[in-house]
Amino acid sequence: MKKVEAIIRKTKFDEVREELHKVGIDFLTFWDARGTGQAHEKRIYRGIKYDTSTIERMYITFFCNDEFVEPAVKVIMGSAKTGDIGDGRIFVLNVEDAYRIRTGEKGAKAFGTLTAE
Amino acid sequence: MEEIGLDISLNNVWLLVTAFLVMFMQPGFAMVEAGFTRAKNTSNILMKNVMDFSIGSLTYWLIGYSIMYGGSMFGGLIGNPLEKFWFTSSGFGGYADMSDLMFQTVFAATAATIVSGAMAERTKFNAYLVFSIVITLIIYPISGHWKWGGGWLDQLGFQDFAGSTIVHSVGGWVGLAGAATLGPRIGKYVNGKAKAIPGHNLAYGALGVFILWFGWFGFNPGSELAATGGSTIAIGHIAVTTNLAAAAGAVSAMLVAWAKYKRPGFGLTLNGALAGLVAITAGCNAVSPGGAVAIGLIAGVVLVFSVEFFDNVMKIDDPVGAISVHGVNGAVGTLLVGVFSTSDGLWYGHGFKLLGIQAIGVVAVGAWALITGFILFKILKATNGLRVSKRIEEEGLDIYEHGENAYN
Repeated sequence: MKKVEAIIRKTKFDEVREELHKVGIDFLTFWDARGTGQAHEKRIYRGIKYDTSTIERMYITFFCNDEFVEPAVKVIMGSAKTGDIGDGRIFVLNVEDAYRIRTGEKGAKAFGTLTAE
Repeated sequence: MEEIGLDISLNNVWLLVTAFLVMFMQPGFAMVEAGFTRAKNTSNILMKNVMDFSIGSLTYWLIGYSIMYGGSMFGGLIGNPLEKFWFTSSGFGGYADMSDLMFQTVFAATAATIVSGAMAERTKFNAYLVFSIVITLIIYPISGHWKWGGGWLDQLGFQDFAGSTIVHSVGGWVGLAGAATLGPRIGKYVNGKAKAIPGHNLAYGALGVFILWFGWFGFNPGSELAATGGSTIAIGHIAVTTNLAAAAGAVSAMLVAWAKYKRPGFGLTLNGALAGLVAITAGCNAVSPGGAVAIGLIAGVVLVFSVEFFDNVMKIDDPVGAISVHGVNGAVGTLLVGVFSTSDGLWYGHGFKLLGIQAIGVVAVGAWALITGFILFKILKATNGLRVSKRIEEEGLDIYEHGENAYN
């Protein structure tokens, strides 16, 4: 079992979600994220220049069994890429255990449709 | 009862309708000020706008109106405070006496409401209420009497048709006294350098500016105080000069901002339209349409440099630009009557006489508003306190002063 986290451009979110669906990742959690990095957004308000120094991105995360990781990472790499600085990162983490609250199922079975039968 | 002719009826309707338009400038100010400040202070700034109109309406009726329009005393320095005290009348002149009170009340409230913008996001609410009483009871009526009550400036030949100086500069300069006494908002200056504190909703700002622009068609054409006879032509002329100056102010502020900062900045362009409106107010009846465009263009340029001057040189924090829009451009517009007045202006070869008189009026009313403003705010600071605590300012005046957020 793995946890996959990806920080991607907001504009690429819909594409990434569709591509993930095609390789069997149907359940994912996402939220608007702000961070700092190399890119800067210069703005002017009433004649004063300022730097928001925050970069807005989409943070997505999902859990899956091991065999899903490789295709999932591959489609994220493909669909979230523009080639410019700021395309984002993907992280893969080990997950110790998982439970489905409704049924009490444990481990790989808790993933439901994502479980390799 | 004396017969009331159709002329008087028409004039009366005109005066009331324009008074209602000027009243509608209150939501205009409210939207501009709310939009140019942060979301955490929205209830507070709107509350101030509601209260300065409400308190101003009461105090101006009670005695302010009398101080402004009572018979001149002490060589035209002040009107007789008891003559129209607790005013009620069933009489009429060119229009009903009560219509005049209504019209003058909304002007007094306009001067009061300008100040809340300059002092936004850090002023104690109860101190602001005291200020609202003092400006509509004393500061505005006395300098108003000098011109519109037939006082010494009027006798000198000073021209301020609808109140660039009498209304707008008074509000702007009292705002300057308030903002200077308060000090800048936390985070406005870091190591002496001005920082941007962006307003939370420029859509409100734009709506407010359009509402004010609309209300100004009451403010200026209404100040003709009549709509029949020769005034039929005058109110059309004034509507055109008012509109042209606003448009020219918006265009020139945009161009200057574009040249200086490489972007056609929205906030400054909005202020530019208001600057044009404030500047044309003194001479809207006396200048040609071309003169109105010239005044508007100058106002827009002055606006951008003035905002920068108060931000970077004076280091006086004025979140919405009220000092530059109303104080500075009120003065500029009043002076420009001496230049572009078709009957007395320098541009048309009539010499410096009117310009000199205009300068006297600008300086005298400016000094009056600044000095009384500083005295008032220093006293408030020493007794009640003028500024909220650091924690309240950081977390927002909405929660701590009013217990209510604007957005839930």
